[in-house]
Amino acid sequence: MPFGITPELIAQITIIGVVFFALQISAAVLVYMERKVAAFVQQRYGPYLVGPRGALQPLADILKLIMKEELRPKSADTLLFYAAPVLSATAAFAAFAVVPFGADTTFFGLLDRPVHLAAADVNVGLLVIFAITSMGVYGIVLAGWASNSKYSLLGGLRSSAQMISYEISYGLSFAAVIMLAGSLSLREIVDHQAGYWFGFIPQWYLFIQPVGFFIFLTAGIAETNRAPFDFPEAEQELVAGYHTEYSSMSFALFFLAEYVNMVTVSAVATDLFLGGWHGPFPLPAGFEWIWFFVKLFLLLFFYIWMRWTLPRYRYDQLMEFGWKWLLPLAVINLLVTAAVVVYGGF
Amino acid sequence: MLPDPTLNAYLLLSAVLFAIGTAGVFLRRNLITILLSVEIMLNAVNLTFVAVDRFRGVVDGQIIVFFVMTVAAAEAAVGLAIIIALFRHKESLNPDAFTSLKW
Amino acid sequence: MDAIFFWLLAAGTVLASVGVIFQRNPMHSVVLLIASFCALSGLYVLLGAPFVAAIQIIIYAGAIMVLFLFVVMLLNVPTEDPVHGYHARLLGGAGPRRFGAVLSLLFAVQLFLVLRTLQMTPLPTDAQQPPSTVYDIGLRLFRDYAFAFEATSVLILVAMVGAIVLARREPR
Repeated sequence: MPFGITPELIAQITIIGVVFFALQISAAVLVYMERKVAAFVQQRYGPYLVGPRGALQPLADILKLIMKEELRPKSADTLLFYAAPVLSATAAFAAFAVVPFGADTTFFGLLDRPVHLAAADVNVGLLVIFAITSMGVYGIVLAGWASNSKYSLLGGLRSSAQMISYEISYGLSFAAVIMLAGSLSLREIVDHQAGYWFGFIPQWYLFIQPVGFFIFLTAGIAETNRAPFDFPEAEQELVAGYHTEYSSMSFALFFLAEYVNMVTVSAVATDLFLGGWHGPFPLPAGFEWIWFFVKLFLLLFFYIWMRWTLPRYRYDQLMEFGWKWLLPLAVINLLVTAAVVVYGGF
Repeated sequence: MLPDPTLNAYLLLSAVLFAIGTAGVFLRRNLITILLSVEIMLNAVNLTFVAVDRFRGVVDGQIIVFFVMTVAAAEAAVGLAIIIALFRHKESLNPDAFTSLKW
Repeated sequence: MDAIFFWLLAAGTVLASVGVIFQRNPMHSVVLLIASFCALSGLYVLLGAPFVAAIQIIIYAGAIMVLFLFVVMLLNVPTEDPVHGYHARLLGGAGPRRFGAVLSLLFAVQLFLVLRTLQMTPLPTDAQQPPSTVYDIGLRLFRDYAFAFEATSVLILVAMVGAIVLARREPR
């Protein structure tokens, strides 16, 4: 093969392309899932006119969003106004790049050497995810500022303050997992969760770190600005928060960014706490990613279920919870884990 | 094909960044932009540490970079608090507006 | 391959930094500095220091710049206004400022000439020297530099208290 293009390289590039398109499609699927689950929770039918059981509704939504007029307030800062949704969406996609979703595979013998099933496999994967999540704040705060409108600014500031407050608990909860696994690479953390106790209980970190899982999921929901922590974009209080002045494709990019962030948080939670692609019973080689997707789907369903079941936190209640309850809990969790690792010989 | 970057290339880049930071401190009459130029200078120094670290094969430089970043964070926080306090007093961010202690 | 990335990232860093000092609007300056930090983080990855690259984004671009952004939004001063007076023109007028800029240029030229006389020293490639791991850094940090680590934590506490005290409104 010319220029050193090996079959592994082609496989790697294909995986990157597949991950990218799968994330976009997952956003569309999540739109449909959210509306259907919301409908059943509220005892009504969701979309059912477009396509069989309303399955083509996301397509209709996307077409509508594309064909809307692109508006911009006259006194808005043009460069920042258009850069903000791009920044949000970029950060959302980039964070998923280091998440592995399957074991090393040779694609049923097509390749000579096994290739990692992830867009990029770095050995500081968790730090990269944390770094890119911190960059996601900028899309929101710049959107709030550049729109030059009261509701946007308030929503943007509140939302970014919430995100940076919950980032600390987010980081502390996976610091405990890093201590248990001894590695920052997500692939190695998943590999540490292989195996069973007593033959049938899988060795997931969920069972060793239940508090950590709770903290991670709560902080993750707050990071992605989803209910019950979605005060900054609550319709009743702030019109629409930081994306009030956006329409058409810019709004679609924010929408996309929110759903892809949800998928990323659920994927990282699956890899860190739920054993990634190791399931209660092993699947044949080459199909481990099915377990990953089952767990991912369950976590996403949990996300959507939470949104339509719990009432919204008020902003000061939200910040108090993050600083006064979740952060001390995360620190205590880290200390207890450290003590157990050092003195218990894990 | 381009040659691989040498240590000199990194040190030169660091020097250029440092000079840009210095020029920013001289040229701008806005307290926040002056602080930003100081951050540029600190980053130039960080780059030097990491480049020489790579050349010598040790990690001490990266640890010093870690401390420099922490100190820069503390300094930015206190500096911005001072700027907020000054702004409340005089409604201006121009350093030449604060002349009460001058002759 | 490394060379292309180096030139791209170096050009990005320098252009963004030059943009920082020449922008009228401080908001644009902050955003350009964030871009410069991200390019610098890429340079750290090229230098085989992934940990420093990650914490550059987390601490600098992700925390310090957010602080700057919040303060710029809070103070809401669009651009710098000229200040009049004898003292202002003594140190801040156009003449002294241009002199300062020329000094910086001289400084840059001097550094350039000095560095050119040094021998071109190649950097080890990834094959000769693998990128440093977090394990090595952690070991050195907590054994040899443990005191500095603890002192820095006290420094951060002091800075936090100081910032809160300095920036609060006087209670009436």
